[in-house]
Amino acid sequence: MAVQVKVMRRPEPGRSSYLRAALKGMALTFKHMVNPDKVTQQYPEEQTELHPRWRGTHRMEVHADGRPKCVACGLCPTVCPANCIRLVGGEDDQGNRYPVVYEIDEFRCIFCGMCQEVCPVEAIHVGRHFENAEYSRSRFVYDLDRLMEQDHPTTLLWDPSDPRSE
Amino acid sequence: MDMLQPISGVPALVAMVGKVLAVFTATMLVVAYTTLAERKISAWIQDRSGPNRVGPWGLLQPIADGIKNFLKEETMPATANRFWFVAGPMLSITPALVTIAVVPFAAPLPTPWGVVDMIVADIPIGILYILALSSLGVYGLVLSGWSSNNKYAFLGGLRASAQMVSYEVALGLSLVSVLMLAGNVTLTQVVWQQQEMGFWFAFPLSLGFILFLISAFAETNRLPFDMPEAESELVTGYHTEYSSMKFSMFFIAEYSHMLTASALMATLFFGGWDLPGAWDNAFWHEGMLIAGFDAAGAPILAQPAWWKTLLTLAGFGLKTVFFLFLYIWVRWTLPRFRYDQVMSLGWKVMLPTALAYVMVVSATVLVLDLLEVSYGFTFGLVLTLVSGLCTVAFLFFLDSDRIISGASVPYRQDRPVRMPVTQVDAGAPGLSGD
Repeated sequence: MAVQVKVMRRPEPGRSSYLRAALKGMALTFKHMVNPDKVTQQYPEEQTELHPRWRGTHRMEVHADGRPKCVACGLCPTVCPANCIRLVGGEDDQGNRYPVVYEIDEFRCIFCGMCQEVCPVEAIHVGRHFENAEYSRSRFVYDLDRLMEQDHPTTLLWDPSDPRSE
Repeated sequence: MDMLQPISGVPALVAMVGKVLAVFTATMLVVAYTTLAERKISAWIQDRSGPNRVGPWGLLQPIADGIKNFLKEETMPATANRFWFVAGPMLSITPALVTIAVVPFAAPLPTPWGVVDMIVADIPIGILYILALSSLGVYGLVLSGWSSNNKYAFLGGLRASAQMVSYEVALGLSLVSVLMLAGNVTLTQVVWQQQEMGFWFAFPLSLGFILFLISAFAETNRLPFDMPEAESELVTGYHTEYSSMKFSMFFIAEYSHMLTASALMATLFFGGWDLPGAWDNAFWHEGMLIAGFDAAGAPILAQPAWWKTLLTLAGFGLKTVFFLFLYIWVRWTLPRFRYDQVMSLGWKVMLPTALAYVMVVSATVLVLDLLEVSYGFTFGLVLTLVSGLCTVAFLFFLDSDRIISGASVPYRQDRPVRMPVTQVDAGAPGLSGD
């Protein structure tokens, strides 16, 4: 859309009116007052539909047996530009790697979604979610259990073959 | 017949206490709900829906606001003058609340013990009392602005006093015409004279009403005259440093000023509790409650009834609420005047107009008296015509851009732009400076 400049034409001196303009304005405000179409969204009852690529707080995908899908490869803490992911990896007796500690500081996070893009096993996701209120700041460091508990929908990655996600 | 005696003795005392309590409660309730109305109407005007969470349709919002204000932290600036800082809100709320006492709000109510006048204090100096007390309210603003020791608050206080002085004059002068017609300063008499004339004074004194309306907006510091608060210029002006209940008291003061001004406009210019028709007329005349005079000049006795009291109360309420609505409606439509515009409107337009109008009205009344036109419908009709002409002339004058003009150069560029042209003559001596 082209940028347009609105030129405000001022009335010439001696030709401006105050009263008529004021009455016109009052008629306008009255019209708006009795207009039943309000723009307010009654938020808790009426939810906003979030965009499919909305990037909100994270969630960790889990296997059917409840283990996190994460293989502790270390790509997400490496790629994270805000350095908000803390990962300590471990190995079980069958040689499977798993995260011993996996924490995301959601205050530090810039929600770029690069962790989700880089993850080779599609374990960590950013989510389509924004209701994150807590009573203390410490609650915003999400640990592994917390990330696995999240059940909000995950963000769709950008698909180069469908750039407008149509 | 002894039904029509004014109430006296112990029942009168009980009635008085009852009226005081009722009026005070009603005032506080109306003030509380005007704040809600302000928020609701502002929201509707801006296509929002306004507070709707506390109670059905947000009806309990004022109570929630009150609780919140009680629980908030009281702040006291370290450099404030403690005494006047605390006294300021009190000084501002007291005059705002006591002025409503002299406004009659319904037709007299007949009871088994006598007739009760529906007014808290029918004092013989009615309008003077209101003028005196409403201008006392500005002390609260000036002193709180000064004692806060904050430059914005101080400027707000200064502006409040300047504005009050400027518009009090026009307000007082616009009332002179009412007093000339009413012949008395008690508000019951003003209502009675409107009933007797068969005209609400807004018609025979239309220009007086317009002047009173504008001055009342300025006196109550409401937009477009909210110079003392002027959020975009002075933070919030005189109450910048106030929090909690002290702030709330300024708020209550502002809204009860609005209520008083609305009730006054209804009483002085729209017949008070009078409803169209002569059925509700009632006035104490030589110890008799009369509804009017017959052709021979003999008094006709009034027939007060409880339903008449209720209906007139509703009528008075409706008129007052309309003016409260007008206050809110104007506030959310018009932008604030510049300070110099406020001053020039007050001194260069309102004051001369009010003075001239007093002369026009008094001359008309004098001529009508000389022609021996008795006080009544014809009297009112002639005054209506004369005032109508004055009003049209006044509005015509006000509507050209003598007061408000666009703060910009004319857009038609073929017109010569009048600007001071500096003569530059390179050869002239003295330009190089010495």
